Amino acid sequence: MSILVIAEVSGGKLRKATLNAVTFARQLAAARGDTVAIGVLGAGVGGAAAEAAAFGPVHVVDAPALATCTAGTWAGAVADLAGAVGANAVAATSSTFSRDLLPRVAARLGAGMVSEVVAVTPDGRFKRPMWAGNVVATVEVKTPKAVFTVRSTEFALADPAGAPGAVAAAAVTVADDGKAKVVSFAPTVSARPDLGEAKVVVSGGRGLKDKEGWKVLDPLADLFGAAVGATRAVVDAGIVPNDLQVGQTGKVVAPNLYFAVALSGAIQHIAGMKASKVIVAINKDEEAPIFSVADYGLVGDAFKVVPEMIEEIKRARAG
Amino acid sequence: MKILVTAKRVTDPDAKIRVKPDGTGIETVGLEYKLNPFCENAVEAAVGIVEKGGGEVVAVTIGNDDAVNNLRTALAMGAERGIHVKATDDQLDSDLAARLLAKVFEREKPDLFILGKQAVDGDSNQVGQLVAEYLGLPQACFASKIEVAPGKATVTREIDGGLETLELALPAVITADLRLNTPRLPTLPNVLKAKRKPIAAVTPAELGVDTALKVATVAYEAPPQRKGGMKVKTVAELVDKLKNEAKVL
Ligand SMILES: Cc1cc2nc3c(=O)[nH]c(=O)nc-3n(C[C@H](O)[C@H](O)[C@H](O)COP(=O)(O)OP(=O)(O)OC[C@H]3O[C@@H](n4cnc5c(N)ncnc54)[C@H](O)[C@@H]3O)c2cc1C
Repeated sequence: MSILVIAEVSGGKLRKATLNAVTFARQLAAARGDTVAIGVLGAGVGGAAAEAAAFGPVHVVDAPALATCTAGTWAGAVADLAGAVGANAVAATSSTFSRDLLPRVAARLGAGMVSEVVAVTPDGRFKRPMWAGNVVATVEVKTPKAVFTVRSTEFALADPAGAPGAVAAAAVTVADDGKAKVVSFAPTVSARPDLGEAKVVVSGGRGLKDKEGWKVLDPLADLFGAAVGATRAVVDAGIVPNDLQVGQTGKVVAPNLYFAVALSGAIQHIAGMKASKVIVAINKDEEAPIFSVADYGLVGDAFKVVPEMIEEIKRARAG
Repeated sequence: MKILVTAKRVTDPDAKIRVKPDGTGIETVGLEYKLNPFCENAVEAAVGIVEKGGGEVVAVTIGNDDAVNNLRTALAMGAERGIHVKATDDQLDSDLAARLLAKVFEREKPDLFILGKQAVDGDSNQVGQLVAEYLGLPQACFASKIEVAPGKATVTREIDGGLETLELALPAVITADLRLNTPRLPTLPNVLKAKRKPIAAVTPAELGVDTALKVATVAYEAPPQRKGGMKVKTVAELVDKLKNEAKVL
């Protein structure tokens, strides 16, 4: 049997995050004696399929009805593909795409689904966070088929397979269910790297007050080529777009270096960043909970400390 | 328009959750329970739509006997009546919850079913999508804006990379995100009124649902703890540590 990884494609290109799920699938396949295949679905996805082939055999469903992602239509296509290739498991890296789509696929396949897998246990069970990451549960899937979303922070990007896989068009016909249509998309425009992929993340909180105050983070992010993140409070205030929110209900990140500036460290925020390698916290309140997870905490006013720190880092790098 | 909404009982979202030493569950002594924050957004959205355009909001919870208290919160926010599906959390997985809710939907035949996008205890983010599939309905998950017109709903969704707007044919399923609205605090008169609103209890057996689980939780543990808490006194000391100790510059 095979484990089918559903690729995420954006602008005709394979999203790197797909490769975290490939790593999960390889682990699971090794434990069960299964094989790994990659499903690339969409309209005009030949390029993405060719990219994916470096990581294993690829099954392609290229259909005009898949030009935009509506979960009802897509779920039918993914479930049919899983059937056509004889997959007993379907997996994808957790994202709004996979969270929207895969539960419907599970319902179609009669499969149990595990969300946000962080580990595969030697006896074939799965670990996943609950209660904003304050609890790690071990779960068992009781059905012959299973569906998974996996945390990118816990499974590394896959290396290419020894030899490239074959790319085959799958015998799946797709019909738009006609019940949902995408009428518009307003993309977040940013020159900064993707939060999920950046080595350094600079996050700010309500303490930065407004759009003007927020600018104090820009030179710090520039210095590291960092992605910028935010708390819910900042997004709610309209200071930054929604997809910069880090936390239980936003993105989960684990960069080498995470700056937490003028944010208190609510459990919902910590849920999204506590797997970071090194955490630096800057807050004027020495009691702020963020300090309890920080490797280096500095009590002080962000508007004073951040510019000083930037100068000091420049000096340290030069020297 | 008739709208069905969820009212799940969850542990206080801001409570510090601890695992029992034997790993069979969480310590519940002294814990408070609340209406799931995302369900509050769902109820607020539904009540807002009905206040403008007329109709009825029906709230449904699946839970133990105490879940009725959280259902009453939804009634105090403006839902007309409640449905209590009697089952405890250990008897449920996302799939069974969805199949129970799908049955309630079939009985009630609403135009719209608005659920919270996830529950802050389980964090699975599956139920709305599963319900939509079981009912063969269109869905819009992670909604930050809902507009209804005869026969359709236009929903803005918060997704990776931006905001997407979907048009759904009704009936449809929507899951609420936090920026959809600011849930109202029930007023005292409405809390009292809610005590008299009808709640119908029903069991999974009465709904004719197979209660076998597809996913079982077999153990709970605390996550690895970070060794944080180190403070530095000056910017110079911080940068020195980042350079020479953490080696991240
Ligand atoms: C269901 C639910 C889900 C949630 N999901 C998320 C989520 O995914 N992500 C998330 O982030 N939040 C989430 N939240 C919100 C969370 O509970 C907190 O409200 C939020 O994280 C607080 O944001 P903050 O730290 O920016 O603001 P605050 O808690 O107000 O903290 C501001 C901090 O800034 C400090 N400060 C002020 N001025 C300065 C200054 N000049 N210099 C230095 N420090 C200063 C203050 O001391 C304070 O510690 C969620 C909440 C709920 C109920």
